[in-house]
Amino acid sequence: MKESLIFGKKKVVTGNHAVSYGVLLSRAEVIAAYPITPQTQIVELLSEFCASGLLKAKFIKVESEHSAMAACVGAAAAGCRTFTATSAHGLALMHEMLHWAVGGRLPIVLANVNRSMGPGWSVWTDQNDSLSQRDVGFVQFYCESNQEVLDTTIQAFKIAETCLIPVMLVLDAFVLSHTSEPVDIPYQEDVDQFLPPYKPKYFLDVNDPRAFGGLTSPDHYYEIRYKIEEAHRKALKVAEEVDNEFYQIFGRKYGLVEAYQCEDARLVLVTSGTITGTARQVIDEERSKGKRVGLLKIRLFRPSPIHLIKEILTKVEKVAVIDRNISFGHSGIFSQEIKSILYNEIRRPMIFDFVIGLGGRDVVPDDIREIIDFTYKADYPQEMVYFRGVRL
Amino acid sequence: MVEIRFHGRGGQGAVVASEILAAALFKEGYYCQTFPEFGVERRGAPVQAFLRFDKKPIVIRYKIYHPDHIIILDPVLLNQVNVTDGLKPNGTILINTNKEISYYSFPNYKVAVCDATQIALKYRLGTKTAPIVNTAMLGAFVRIHPFVSLDSVLESIKEYVEVKKEENILACREAYEKVRFES
Repeated sequence: MKESLIFGKKKVVTGNHAVSYGVLLSRAEVIAAYPITPQTQIVELLSEFCASGLLKAKFIKVESEHSAMAACVGAAAAGCRTFTATSAHGLALMHEMLHWAVGGRLPIVLANVNRSMGPGWSVWTDQNDSLSQRDVGFVQFYCESNQEVLDTTIQAFKIAETCLIPVMLVLDAFVLSHTSEPVDIPYQEDVDQFLPPYKPKYFLDVNDPRAFGGLTSPDHYYEIRYKIEEAHRKALKVAEEVDNEFYQIFGRKYGLVEAYQCEDARLVLVTSGTITGTARQVIDEERSKGKRVGLLKIRLFRPSPIHLIKEILTKVEKVAVIDRNISFGHSGIFSQEIKSILYNEIRRPMIFDFVIGLGGRDVVPDDIREIIDFTYKADYPQEMVYFRGVRL
Repeated sequence: MVEIRFHGRGGQGAVVASEILAAALFKEGYYCQTFPEFGVERRGAPVQAFLRFDKKPIVIRYKIYHPDHIIILDPVLLNQVNVTDGLKPNGTILINTNKEISYYSFPNYKVAVCDATQIALKYRLGTKTAPIVNTAMLGAFVRIHPFVSLDSVLESIKEYVEVKKEENILACREAYEKVRFES
């Protein structure tokens, strides 16, 4: 494939390939990955880019996802821009090494295609794989469109390298990963201007030996953890700055969250991933009927954009959180997040939680209409979590 | 918004056909979204591909339940799959077949026929036992429903088809000429 066929054009591409193009344009130097449905196409195309010489990166084939992240840890510690992709059980198998990437302050970018955990065996989408990794310390972005996937991939490297924390970008299995739509593929010069080469201050160098990840006594561990938390707080600012800078060059921005039709809204839906798109259409319809409803899309999950969520949701009476995930024995995970952010506010809304779409069950406009109607009519949430359309 | 469903078998190129048509529509100013039946595809098994397009940006992200038109790459599927499921009244059913239109009876729908298998065999697309009929079926479809010009489809074929580009273009053109449909 020639560069002239790819760059600076709008192409109809899948979400998976949007990631691959983002990594190509970001000039990743080391890619280590193990194939898993529905992610495989990401690294398949990247391996073709490497084989043809279009991407001058070392592609490391490994025997497991644990090894994939281990290779990324090594490469990033040696000062390389590093990428991997996975899904579901692959991400779960990486778990130990995810902690390594964070504790080692290694700016690895990981694309996770949201796939449900088995058994029941599933290749379809929900968010339990990535949300199970909530507390490892990766930055997490949830994407809505293939364009957002490509743009977030490029932004991810910049945020990771500025804050020295790894970034995970997340896209829904099939609904994005295997869906093709027009994507604006930037020019390489523009991406080069946005994302200069990665030049870490500290890296593995035989001429200047250092140790990474050594034994840390109680005298130091606490401070190291504090610094990771500081890096997350910095990432919140940096993610916003990076998004603005991206807009200056490419004309597109997404925000850390997006408030859609939230002006004067009494009820706001909270969504993430592809359910957001379908919900937009329902919100438009409801607005045209005079209902004061809006939508808050959570794009950045970690670090949590607390101030932005407070700003929007303390003004409304009711919030309906749509969770494509579940923390068994409690509720959907996004609703827990929203509740904890708002609890100490004097003015806070009633928060309803709806768990739907698990295992890739399609989420259609009727589902969202019913959630809006239910929340409108209810005085307060009588259940910690509501399920819709369970067929027993 | 227009929504189209392709019925084929794994290996016939239904998914690629949907992508080629999407790219052609995009060239002519439409927004588009195309996806396969979400799942595990196997060669020879019934597969579906979906395409929606509009003059406005497409934000919705759910499956297509009520297509405007359907394109059937293997006529045997008519006996195995409820191909008209959810098809809107007056929708077109384009079938790859050597039968006449009158052979089929689909009240409320318009039938179109094209012997894409024979065309694919002529241009040696795929193998004798498993010809790849997707590009021919696209030529037939845009003749019936000129949402896009034949030229845009041919351009997309050049871009998206890796092998036998010229033969695929000839097959697409020939089907464009030979398709029979109720106007």
